[in-house]
Amino acid sequence: MPKILIPTPLRQFVDKKDTVDVAGASVGEVLSALTTQYPDLRKNLYSDEGKLRSFVNVYVNDEDIRYLAKDKTEVKDSDTISIVPSIAGGGR
Amino acid sequence: MAAEASLSKDEILRYSRHLIMPEVGMEGQLKLKAAKVLLVGTGGLGAPMALYLTAAGVGTIGLVDFDVVDYTNLQRQVIHGTSDVGRPKIDSAIDSMREINPFVNVIRHEVALTSENAMDLVKDYDLVADGTDNFPTRYLVNDVCVLLNKPNVYGSIFRFEGQATIFAAEGGPCYRCLYPEPPPPGLVPSCAEGGVLGILPGVIGLIQATEVVKLILGKGETLVGRLMLYDALNMKFRELKLRKSAECPICGPDRTINELIDYHQFCGVPQHAAPEPETGVTENEIEVTALKARFDRGEKVNLIDVRELHEFQICRIPGSTLIPLGELPKRLNELNVADEVVVHCKSGMRSAKAADLLRQSGFKRVQNVKGGILAWSDKVDPSVPKY
Repeated sequence: MPKILIPTPLRQFVDKKDTVDVAGASVGEVLSALTTQYPDLRKNLYSDEGKLRSFVNVYVNDEDIRYLAKDKTEVKDSDTISIVPSIAGGGR
Repeated sequence: MAAEASLSKDEILRYSRHLIMPEVGMEGQLKLKAAKVLLVGTGGLGAPMALYLTAAGVGTIGLVDFDVVDYTNLQRQVIHGTSDVGRPKIDSAIDSMREINPFVNVIRHEVALTSENAMDLVKDYDLVADGTDNFPTRYLVNDVCVLLNKPNVYGSIFRFEGQATIFAAEGGPCYRCLYPEPPPPGLVPSCAEGGVLGILPGVIGLIQATEVVKLILGKGETLVGRLMLYDALNMKFRELKLRKSAECPICGPDRTINELIDYHQFCGVPQHAAPEPETGVTENEIEVTALKARFDRGEKVNLIDVRELHEFQICRIPGSTLIPLGELPKRLNELNVADEVVVHCKSGMRSAKAADLLRQSGFKRVQNVKGGILAWSDKVDPSVPKY
């Protein structure tokens, strides 16, 4: 199964895990399975209209899915999917 | 910029370990000396950047900061010392920098960077390094750098994780290409709320400093077009590809942003987000002194602490029961709907959420301890440590 890397700020919504393995053939399917398994994560990843929020980017390996086939980007079992939200901390 | 013609004998000795490397050499050291770098923020990221860029001989370093050194800063902001607590960070930083390298010209900007002053402030510098701690300033720094064509050496940190890259370099992406919009307020906690490993900003700040030096020297492969992700807990570096977005509202071909905007409004953060200073309590709140009086009268108070276990282990109000906010929905059965419930946390924010949740679950008598355990320490029992 493709591996999803969960960033620190979102781990609170996935039982504090840093990686989750979810089945799916495309990014859309994988994220859908992930947010079904962890409903609290859904509102933090998607807008009410079901669009991926614009402060969150999703990468398959090192490529941004916005420059691949977006939700329809195919994933293999060996792929790593990264969810990368913006963080602002500077240690003030 | 007109490069200084030469280095003095003292400078040559000081920079000898640079001068003997062909990648820097006299030519590179003179470039460093001629360079003007603006550091926005002298906190966790700004501290290592300022120290090392000063030592490396960057000729002119501007500092923007209006904050005061706080005791809780010392765990990571290594440019400030214990005796600096209470001083303006900018003064403390400049003292440390002058001690390290008196040949560096440090320029103080003891102001908050705003849409009104940012263009003027940034225009005289060659590049900017962003060590700020909030989304409005991040977008402001990005937009200024894009509008003025200055590279923005970016770093940000959270708990054990850091990110670094270079935005707004010639032909490279900007922050808005990566993140067109900020997260809604409250979703991504700040370091003050979420904590940060003290060493982490050292690592990320020095990645930024390295990139600043490489940009000045024109050497090596910079982080332009790459986002470096660092996970201290697992000691892993990863990198992701960044692309210039054709839809970017500020650096794309169909630019819609041509001047600086109101960044607090853009980020949904009120400009003065400080907790309301009013002294009264609402009918759903209880003052710590009133709570203490109830304990003193021997009343049985059902006091629930909704902080996390690791916070409970730092300090607690005697007689309280720990049910972390995140576990509360599953643990409502431990409470009796008919009973009065008093909730508290560190400062009163999380317990306000807990109180709402309890009311929505049918609890009729719920009170939130105003100011949380911090207020308890201030007004009732100073032996309770603050954190």
